Amino acid sequence: MPETVERPAGASSLPGLGELRRVAIVPALNEEHTITRVIDELRAFDPGLDIVVIDDGSADRTAAVAAAKGTYVLRLPFNLGIGGAVQTGFKFAFERGYDIAVRVDGDGQHDPAQLSRILEPVLRGDADIAVGSRFAAGEGGYRSSRSRRMGIRILAGVVSRIVGQRVTDTTSGFQALNREGIALFARDYPHDYPEVEATVMVFRHRLRLQEVPVSMRERGGGRSSITALRSIYYMAKVLLAIFVGLFRRTIVPQEESK
Amino acid sequence: MTPLAVSIAGAVASFTLVLVVLELIRRHRLQERYALLWLVTGLVLTALSAWRGGLNTIAGWLGVRSYPPAVLFAVGILFIIAVLLHYSMVISRLSGQNVLLAQKLALLEQELRAHGVRDR
Repeated sequence: MPETVERPAGASSLPGLGELRRVAIVPALNEEHTITRVIDELRAFDPGLDIVVIDDGSADRTAAVAAAKGTYVLRLPFNLGIGGAVQTGFKFAFERGYDIAVRVDGDGQHDPAQLSRILEPVLRGDADIAVGSRFAAGEGGYRSSRSRRMGIRILAGVVSRIVGQRVTDTTSGFQALNREGIALFARDYPHDYPEVEATVMVFRHRLRLQEVPVSMRERGGGRSSITALRSIYYMAKVLLAIFVGLFRRTIVPQEESK
Repeated sequence: MTPLAVSIAGAVASFTLVLVVLELIRRHRLQERYALLWLVTGLVLTALSAWRGGLNTIAGWLGVRSYPPAVLFAVGILFIIAVLLHYSMVISRLSGQNVLLAQKLALLEQELRAHGVRDR
């Protein structure tokens, strides 16, 4: 796969990162062919970054490959779906007392070299959650089916209106979070198509979210968990969840004293 | 034609179902994925009850001449069967996962004991 993006500086250029306990949450479902590369790139970006791979019931050797690379591996006994898998990672990060978490998908579509951009607003204290957006800078590099792109645009429009801030990519799982963000998602995280609802949830809990332009790569292996027919179901489910969520009182999560 | 009282009662009851389902989701008592089928049921029955001409037309297609509201019952029963079948599938999945969890737990416990961690 050709490297089209100019590699930004590594983690060493980020002030303050070295003193923080930081973990990369990597959800993976049948990614035995790409997970090694993701782990290597994460370590190349930041050798001090702990890595936890959540194997969401893979039928292949994903967990064994990750364990052989010396990462933490959480192996779910059956497939929970992306929301449940990622939340397992947030619970791990919360219980082990990490200050910063980044989320990078195990399929290789997120380039760890771009993490410095995503980490920046969180480290500066400008955001509790920073999200890598494929569309924030109008980058046209993202190829996908027309229905998928349209779905993403509709959801982005709805979410932007509700939260009162322009959000361009509500389906991106390429994120960095501080302790507040980790605590929120460890406590409450939506199910099978989580990022859209999570975006609304973040604002409802008065956390600060910032988008950062990134480019994403073609998937390195595996298959997208979202097929054309399912996206209609997800669309209905997500819109229903957002609509009902508006009528909920917000609960600001308290960080448990340890 | 459907008696007006039947239409009103049907629409009110069906729409109440929709509201109850929405409130249950709001209180986190019902997950969205298990609520969608109920919502569709409620909305379709509300529409069929309120739209009297439509119910009459559909009854005509089906050859139900004597009592058009019978179509309401039929549609309602159809949706109930769909919801029940869906739940049977959900229960099957859950019981399979439950077995897996119990087995994993037993294996883990054995491993802990082997490492000298005592049972409580």
